[in-house]
Amino acid sequence: MQVPAQFAYEKATSVDHAIALLARHGPESLIVAGGHSLIPMMKLRLADPSTLIDINGLTDLDYIRVEGDQVRLGAMTRHATVLESAVVREHFAILPDAERTIADPIVRNRGTVGGSLCQADPSEDLSAAFSALRADVVIRNADGERVVPVREFHLGPYETAVAHGELLIEVRVPIRTHTGSAYQKIERRAGDWAVASAGSVVSLDGDTVAEAGIGLTAVGAPHFVAAEAEDSLRGNPATAEAFTEAGRIAAEHCAPSADQRGPVDYKRALVAELVTRTLQRATARARGEA
Amino acid sequence: MTSIDDSRIAGVQDPSAQIHAAPETPRGYGSMKRKEDARFVRGRGQYVDDVVLPGMLHGAVLRSPLAHARIVSIDTSAAEAHPKVHAVITGETLAGLGLAWMPTLSYDTQAVLATDKVRFQGQEVAFVVADDKYSARDALALIDVEYEPLAPVIDAKTALDAGAPVVRDDKEGKADNHIFDWESGDSAATDKVFAEAEAADDQVVVTADVLYPRVHPAPLETCGALADMDPVTGKLTLWTTTQAPHAHRTLYAMVAGLPEHKIRVVSPDIGGGFGNKVGIYPGYVCAIVASIVTGKPIKWMEDRSENLMSTSFARDYHMRGEVAVTKDGRIRAVRVDVLADHGAFNATAQPTKFPAGFFGVFTGSYDLEAAHCAVTGVYTNKASGGVAYACSFRITEAVYLVERMVDIVAHDLEMDPAELRMKNLLHADQFPYQSATGWVYDSGDYPRTLQVALDKAGYRELRAEQAERRRRHEAGERVDLLGIGLSFFTEAVGAGPRREMDILGLGMADGADLRVHPTGKAVLGISVQTQGQGHETTFAQIVAAELGMSPDDIEVVHGDTDLTPFGLGTYGSRSTPVSGAATAIVARKVRERARIVAAAMLEVSPDDLEWNDGSWQVAGDPEASKTIAEIALAAHSSLELPEGVEGHLDASCVYNPPNLTYPCGAYVAVVDVDPRTGTVNVRRFIAVDDCGVRINPMIVEGQVHGGLADGVGMALMQGIAFDLDGNCLGGSMMDYLLPTSLECPSWELGETVTPSPHHPIGAKGVGESATVGSPPAIVNAVVDALAPYGVRHADMPLTPAAVWSAAQGRPLRTDLAIT
Amino acid sequence: MEITIRVNGEQVVRDVEPRLLLTHFLRDELRLTGTHWGCDTTNCGACVVRLDGVPVKSCTVLAVMADGAAVDTVEGLAHGAELDPLQEGFVTCHGLQCGFCTPGMLMTGRALLDRDPDPSPQTIREAISGQVCRCTGYENIVRSVRWAAEKEASKEEVTP
Repeated sequence: MQVPAQFAYEKATSVDHAIALLARHGPESLIVAGGHSLIPMMKLRLADPSTLIDINGLTDLDYIRVEGDQVRLGAMTRHATVLESAVVREHFAILPDAERTIADPIVRNRGTVGGSLCQADPSEDLSAAFSALRADVVIRNADGERVVPVREFHLGPYETAVAHGELLIEVRVPIRTHTGSAYQKIERRAGDWAVASAGSVVSLDGDTVAEAGIGLTAVGAPHFVAAEAEDSLRGNPATAEAFTEAGRIAAEHCAPSADQRGPVDYKRALVAELVTRTLQRATARARGEA
Repeated sequence: MTSIDDSRIAGVQDPSAQIHAAPETPRGYGSMKRKEDARFVRGRGQYVDDVVLPGMLHGAVLRSPLAHARIVSIDTSAAEAHPKVHAVITGETLAGLGLAWMPTLSYDTQAVLATDKVRFQGQEVAFVVADDKYSARDALALIDVEYEPLAPVIDAKTALDAGAPVVRDDKEGKADNHIFDWESGDSAATDKVFAEAEAADDQVVVTADVLYPRVHPAPLETCGALADMDPVTGKLTLWTTTQAPHAHRTLYAMVAGLPEHKIRVVSPDIGGGFGNKVGIYPGYVCAIVASIVTGKPIKWMEDRSENLMSTSFARDYHMRGEVAVTKDGRIRAVRVDVLADHGAFNATAQPTKFPAGFFGVFTGSYDLEAAHCAVTGVYTNKASGGVAYACSFRITEAVYLVERMVDIVAHDLEMDPAELRMKNLLHADQFPYQSATGWVYDSGDYPRTLQVALDKAGYRELRAEQAERRRRHEAGERVDLLGIGLSFFTEAVGAGPRREMDILGLGMADGADLRVHPTGKAVLGISVQTQGQGHETTFAQIVAAELGMSPDDIEVVHGDTDLTPFGLGTYGSRSTPVSGAATAIVARKVRERARIVAAAMLEVSPDDLEWNDGSWQVAGDPEASKTIAEIALAAHSSLELPEGVEGHLDASCVYNPPNLTYPCGAYVAVVDVDPRTGTVNVRRFIAVDDCGVRINPMIVEGQVHGGLADGVGMALMQGIAFDLDGNCLGGSMMDYLLPTSLECPSWELGETVTPSPHHPIGAKGVGESATVGSPPAIVNAVVDALAPYGVRHADMPLTPAAVWSAAQGRPLRTDLAIT
Repeated sequence: MEITIRVNGEQVVRDVEPRLLLTHFLRDELRLTGTHWGCDTTNCGACVVRLDGVPVKSCTVLAVMADGAAVDTVEGLAHGAELDPLQEGFVTCHGLQCGFCTPGMLMTGRALLDRDPDPSPQTIREAISGQVCRCTGYENIVRSVRWAAEKEASKEEVTP
């Protein structure tokens, strides 16, 4: 079996402790949460931290709670917890839709929301779902906290707004009325990374789209967002034709690359189809029809 | 051994005389819980990596990152300086011992550790020995190899082009990448039928290019070995993941020049084989050499990427099929041209006289006037291919080709594929049937087997549902399309008659030893090796049935060359056809010996005894009878025995099969295809198998289940493509996808039973039937679903991208990287 | 570093390298070789054990991350000579062939039955979907878990 290279190990006992440990151990130190992206990369020796700072002891970051008009998820919330959360299901059907497709049930027992976002894999599903939801993340450092919109969080593949010495501690998702959401992923097999996925959030004002959020993954969409397709919907009637057109626009503006999951034309076709389908589903949910 | 007349023992002299000997309802047969499971469910199995020896060191292999490159230099000094490293072995070290190259199972050579150049990505370059496996891997990073990259040969279709780089320039005078040409069937007779078909108004020739892509068996346990050369006794004990421990022992004796009686190969519990564990891999040889060099036991286990990238692949057959057929659906002849990609070393495991394995059965289950195939093997810069993957020596490719072609004929003639098959299948009264390529099919009732499958599937209702879905699809609804796919396969398993079949000169016969202890319990030694097939149960049942014993009273010993008789091992579905026959016969030998002892006990002539319900009984006097247990005790007692019986019941035998056995089956796959996303859901799978007499039906069904899952994998997701630089794109389980519980439906099985007339118990072997039969059913179903898009063929694996692309009329080439 | 883990109910203390994977800690340090491994990429599930009751892939957990936790492996499943109903189910329904995936399947199956005593076949399929079996085609594993669920339900009826 492949095994990691040597490293030093520290257990963080609090968020501040974790931040202090990062400062002490310098830029070659890394945070490990669930470890289900990082440890495989260490086994392949694609990641080689000098020190691993384990934050699994920070159980105070494992929560899902409603605060005001937001649902807040602690960074150490496991995927399995999100999938089973009644609060999440009530407000954001897109999240269990997406979670159900992330890796497999055993991995979801261990992998965390914060870990997935910070890994910033260009094919990661929660990044697209949270982008569609226009969530914010909270980043803590030695000087305090800052709130960053998810749509500004990803700087590129495997790169985020979390600087060294900082810790992502929370995701905040706004609760909106008259809103529905949905997610669909195409994969070659259960548990595979996405060929392409789309998530949609539709807020209705009567039969008009008051606001739309469309997240895409694995197709090179900047910040996991189909912004032009969202623009095409905002303020316009929520019709099947509009959703088809939004799918077409999203397909046109994304930038997939060919790999063993498929050629570019196929991935674009999937974006068009999945955006259309998830918009329809989200709208039906907003209307209480599904 | 005693001097009793072996000719009295049914089946020994002429196994084909045993047609009538198969017991109708044999005692001992039937579903029973497996004896081996007690240890497995407790986590007490013992696989190679579970074996630990005192002072054991660990090996790791450094592999080439490039597909084709000259080795300029290898600097091992930093690795050797690592405090936990004991030795670093390179090709140069091995060359000094004459072991840098080893023979393959196909009379080719293969580099153990590269000396001149590397020929595929993942090839073995150096072997590190360290205190523990973590340090061994650390040390790999300290070896500095300088490579001079060379242009690789990746696309098999260009391997024979003039000017193509030569993969095997190590071979004296080799100037191209050609390995062999092989043909089967009557070329002239076949061409004549095709010429007639082309000329006649009422006939057509149907042609298609069909790829069976490269796949890997990927057993859950990777390959590995623990080599322990005892410097005092000079005896090498090798615990290793092998499906053929005896053959491996002999090959090590040949390769390493070690005396064969000083080699003990132990194949403990094996975590699945599927053909992957037939060959000898460089890592095993390195572990042996390292043990000799260091005087310590050396363990080496592959990681998953090493397993997927370097051990033998299967398939990789580019086939052009042609069928001459009358317009009313009478198939007259089949002609096939194959380009076979064997990778960098021809390490194919198959009988010597069959360089394309048993591909000659490509005539399938049909009564043809003529058939011919031509196969050309080529070298490429890929891992050596051609080994089995539950394929019965290339029957997988043959069946896929003919079953795909039959569906293409049905498509072109606008006929129902079930009707077309019914029209052409062999009938029960045609057996034994000699095929157009010379294979003698032993028995079967194909139309009945197909009918059982069609009835079980509800074929007509499915077609009605399909028509309705197509109507809605054409009306513009977003609806999944329904696909129904059939396959009918005939396998040829149980290699084989030793005159025809050998591997590196070793005839493919298998032995069995049966020892009966004084208290009537028995130990059976067999030369085949379970990798999950349940030999410890099934083989005990065979003995139990023959001797009137409980299977629980029979211990089956296998996988240790010091304890078992010689034989060629378990692959090609040969355990039951060959070793199962040996087991039945050795039990009959014991029974016959017991008859003589029983006669002495009962003070009658052996001729006065009859075998009845597990006892030797005086004819006409049921009170005067002796069970095997009673006889065994007497045979070891002070009872005065007749002349020629020395005092126990033990016996041994070797079984040389008179013919192969020919299991068959009819499969129906039902799939839902979303044409807009290309996703395929296997809704149902109906499998009706005829493998002759079933010893343990539960185990038979388990074998079929596993093969069906394999079929789902190969048809829909398992595939190993290469980019044009020779990078393997299926080198981990993230990239080489194996089916999970969610892609597999709840299998629906059925059976017909046509005993093999020449096998002592009428059994035929079933281990690979489903792996052979299921891929064409699934592909036929997907292609059938896509009929509204005009799709006639698409190559495996039918990933969503491949399905969608086929529907767009732009089918993917699945052996190369998608661009 | 020194770690303390409760393995199958017994406290063990060992000094380990931080990089030691939990799989290797169990197999090499404790000689509990029932836990297998089959890949490097967290895909195959041959290494599944329970960490504080939750099934995890032990090839992707460092032994040091399990410090202070309880780990349960296949070796702790039977109660002395008496098999767990799930083990019995696997034997009865031919839920295993080569036996290599079996320990992981058993640990996941046991965790499933502990939270859902009456899982549907589809629920079982979802629960084991992160674990590869190359032999059984999964159907008999599903049946084995169902068998155990029914056996446990019938036991509870007798002794409420």
